[in-house]
Parts: sequence; C-alpha cells; structure tokens
Amino acid sequence: MTVTSEISEAPPTTGPARLRAEGLTLSYDRRTVAESLGLTIPDHSFTVIIGPNACGKSTLLKALARMIRPTAGTVYLDGAAIASYRSREVARRLGLLPQSSSAPNGITVGDLVARGRYPHQRFLRQWSTEDEQAVAEAMRQTGVLELADRPVDDLSGGQRQRVWLAMVLAQQTSILLLDEPTTFLDISHQFDVLDLCADLHEQRGHTVVAVLHDLNQACRYATHLVVMRAGGEIVAEGAPAAVVTAELVEDVFGLACRVVEDPESGTPMVVRAARRPGGRSTG
Amino acid sequence: MKVVSGVVLRAGSWSVRVSPRAAGLSGVLVLLLVVVSGLALAVGEVRLTVGEVVGALTGEGGGADFIVNTLRLPRLLLALLVGAALAVSGGILQSLTGNALGSPDIIGLTNGAATGALLAIIVLHGSMTQIAVGALVGGLATALLVYLLAFGRGLGGFRLVVIGIGVSAILLAVNSYLITRATLQEALAAQTWLIGSLNNRGWPQVGSVAVALAVLLPLAFWYGRRLGMLELGDDTARALGLPVGGTRLVLLVLSVGLAAVGTAATGPIWFVALAAPQLSRRLLRSAGAGLLPAALTGAVLLAVSDFAVQRIFSPALLPVGVATGTIGGLYLSWLLVSESRKSRA
Repeated sequence: MTVTSEISEAPPTTGPARLRAEGLTLSYDRRTVAESLGLTIPDHSFTVIIGPNACGKSTLLKALARMIRPTAGTVYLDGAAIASYRSREVARRLGLLPQSSSAPNGITVGDLVARGRYPHQRFLRQWSTEDEQAVAEAMRQTGVLELADRPVDDLSGGQRQRVWLAMVLAQQTSILLLDEPTTFLDISHQFDVLDLCADLHEQRGHTVVAVLHDLNQACRYATHLVVMRAGGEIVAEGAPAAVVTAELVEDVFGLACRVVEDPESGTPMVVRAARRPGGRSTG
Repeated sequence: MKVVSGVVLRAGSWSVRVSPRAAGLSGVLVLLLVVVSGLALAVGEVRLTVGEVVGALTGEGGGADFIVNTLRLPRLLLALLVGAALAVSGGILQSLTGNALGSPDIIGLTNGAATGALLAIIVLHGSMTQIAVGALVGGLATALLVYLLAFGRGLGGFRLVVIGIGVSAILLAVNSYLITRATLQEALAAQTWLIGSLNNRGWPQVGSVAVALAVLLPLAFWYGRRLGMLELGDDTARALGLPVGGTRLVLLVLSVGLAAVGTAATGPIWFVALAAPQLSRRLLRSAGAGLLPAALTGAVLLAVSDFAVQRIFSPALLPVGVATGTIGGLYLSWLLVSESRKSRA
C-alpha cells in the first residue's frame, strides 16, 4: 500500500506559503459569491477573516479546505493544487471546524472526539496508542477530558462547541480553519476558544485561520487580518493596526465609528459612534 | 485515562476497537440463530430427532435426507439470507437518510420490484427466474427514479423519504391496474408472488441470493464504518477526509442492491428492513448503524417468522410478512414504550 509516511510534514518555511489561493471564483447555489480572489495565508499566522454577513467569507474558507470546488482558480496546499490530493491526505494536513455539525444520537464525548482520528486510521488500525494520546491531549486542551463518558446530547452549547473543537484538534494538523468558532458561546467561553487558538499559533507554530464576527476580537487576536466586502472582494489585508481605520469600517460595514487603541492590548478597537438626538449618527 | 468506549485489542501495529455490547448482542443472536435453525429443521409435519437432522446434514442419508436437505434446509437458508439482506439494506438507508422511515419498503423499492415482477408475469409470461430478474430490474429502476427526483437539492434525508413514499403510492396503483388487465391465471400467479413467501423456493434461489450476498454484504460491512462518519454531517465528514459524494452513492447502491436481490427471491416481505435495524440499534443502545448485529437480527426475525407461519397457523398458508410485521412490530413497540418510560423516570 502507498500509505504515507510523510504525514503532514511541513515544508521549509522559507518557501512559498503552505496555503494560498489564486484567481478563485466561488459560487454557491449557482450564484457567484466572489470573483478572481487571491489570498495567501502567511505560515504560522493567526489569520482572521472578517466582513459583513453573506460576503462570502465562509465560502472562501470552505474553498481553502476543499469543501467546495471553485468554478475557476486554484487553491494550493504545500505547493500542489489541493484538488490533486486524496481526501485523507488533505485531512492529515489541514483541519476544518464547519459552522454546523450533527452528533450521532447517544454518542459519548470521547467517541465523538475520537472520530477526529479518522484520517489517520485504517481498517486494521482502528485505535493506535497515538490515536489515544492525540484524543486525550485534544480533550485536555479544550477542557472536556472530564466529560469523556457523557453523552454529547446532555451538554450545554458551550461545552458542545469545545467538543467539536477537540475533534478538530485530535486530527493533529498544523493548519486549522475555523468557521465562526465562537458562535453559541457566552463571552467568557468565546475568549477561551480564542486564547486556545492563540496558544496553538504561538506555542506550536500552527497556522490558524478563523472567520469571526466580532471586530474587536478579530483585532485583538489576529496577526493577519483579511477584510472582505459584500460581493466577495478582499479590500484590505495585513496587521490589524495597519489595516483597521474608521473609513474602512464605514466603507465595509456601513457603520459610523471611531477607532481607538484597545487599552489592554494596544490593538485597534472599533467604537460605535454615539447616536445624535433627532438623527442618525455620522462618522 | 480511557477516553473512548469499548475494548481495544492491539497486536503489533494492528488495533481493533470492539464494543462489548455489540459483541455480546451478536453472540446472543448467533445462539438464537442456531436454536431457530435447529427447530426449523427438526420440527414439522414429520418430527425429526437431533441425531437425524445432523445425520442428514452430514450426508449420512437415511429417511431424513429428503425432508432436511430438499424441503427444510433451502427454505431456512433463504430466510436467513433474505432477512440479513433486507436488514442491512434498511440499516444503510435509515442511516443515510437519518430517518427511521428511510427503509426500502417505505420508499418504493418493494413496490417497484413488484411492478417489475408483475410485468414479467403478465406481459412476458415469464418463468420463475424471469420474474426474479423482472423484480430486480423493477427495484433498481425505482431506486434510480427516486434518486433522480430527490437529487436536485442534494440528498436531504427527509426529501428522499417523502418522494419515495409518493413514488411508492404511484407504483401501488400501477400494480393494481396491471392485475386488472391480467387473465385469471396470470392474476393468480401475480397474487402468489405478491404475497411474499418462502413457499416453493429451493436451492436455485438460495444459490443466486448467496452469490449476490457474498459480494454485497462484505462491501456493506466495509463501508459501514464510513456510514458512522456520514452521520456527523456532510461538512464534518468531508473535513475528516471522507469523499462524501462517492461514499454516499456506493452505500446507496449497496442498499438498493440488497433490497432488490432479497425481494426478487421471495417477493415482498414487509417490515424486516424497517424493524430489524431499529431493533438492533435499540438493543445496542449506541450510535452508529451496527450493520452486523442488524444483519443477524434480520436473519433471526425472518427465520422465526417463517417458522411461526408454518407451524402455528398451519395448514393455512399465511404470508411470512404477516408474521414479521406482528413479531417485529410488537417487539419494537415494546422497546419504544419501555425506552420512553425509562427516559421519563
């Protein structure tokens, strides 16, 4: 068998970025969402994609993970077109947390997280010691190890989201794509998840790409910010401090605001302009 | 700390995860299978001793040879094979559609097979083999039709079930119409086939079903693991490296093939494909399709039902489907009721 000893081996960091897209045209339900998009995800970055609803950011993330096939253009993973890989090989290099997943009835937390090992398993290698270690570690990182024997159905929304995240971590890929990982979470769990992503990026050198809704969270955590406008156009890219201005936010989100310095982190912070009595606020 | 359920067996680089409950259930079902088979071979118009049955099976002949090897054994084997085929078919389809009603008899395959068989009887005046082929073609064509109608917006489980029920109703009307166009003799032959029974079936049917299952069942068990991955949702399964579209199509073809082969051999036998996987799922109390326990449950259910209609209601020739519905339905209702009581407590 030609099974892989080169499991998700990162190429030297000096070369071109591991994950990039060229000339992407994306459609969803026969509607064109974005045209001739180019995007390079810097290696070992924490890249955050922001933009208004339905601007195509989730679609872009799905294309980067080969979940959908672009109508034109190519996504490159480790130097080769992502479409040329076998499905499992992609899943050994790149993990994706989709917006929604369904847990089979009655499955326990441990068994669900263990599904993340699927790309590393074979018919007669169903549960190796590496599988066991990877799953236990992923559950420890996300704080769900104590829940291992509980049915997923019994968990709160926040716990469930951490279980799904643990499943993606158990995949042990050095590139992680997360589609709105903070939805369904209360504010403290939102920051838990973002801190975890920051740790993965800082301590392990993982490349993390996340779609987020909260501008201030994006500015605080991203090392590389990608701003998309309705119509699927990338309008700005770079370090949050260099990118985020009141004009950009007004232009992209139609939101009158001021951009000030976050007193905690020194990153840009978007503050909604105050309502003037008797009229709409102005920028 | 142990994080996953079940027992892990390792040897060198090999490792296998076994669920003790599934293994235990399968063991009990195999035991039941042996007991039912023994009864089916020994008890009947002529009552045989265990020694006589064993003697006949091992080829030591004697007076029991004809009764066991020609009359009872092929009938028993056919019940076991068809029961397993229908149960696995239902298990796959229910899991794919995420709906307990997503079983081949509900979504029209059985009525489609009947249409094929009726055409073979009434139009072609076919032989037993031709009727079976007609049923096979009818079942497959119906599956293709339902698939094409449901395909437009992906294979949403509920959509497939609703379209299948519609197609099934149309085919039922077609079947009734076909019978009105038949001569009395053809109508009798058609009615006999439509009852769905293991009467008058012999080694040729056993042989063809066995050959088909020898190909389809191992493939179904092999793909069964992927079925569990599909239950996570398309996006997640794809992200974990499963080629979702291809896998779903292969599983669908396997399910349809199993149902069509089973129905072609015996005529429509209702309820096995619907109830057997649900029964084994509830007995397992776990996620996942569990195709092996489902297959064993189907085999036991059909063999017990056939034994019941032969012995309890004899000499009346009751269709075995009546017994599968009664036995399986009662047991499933009891399981459901006791389950809901437990969850309320």
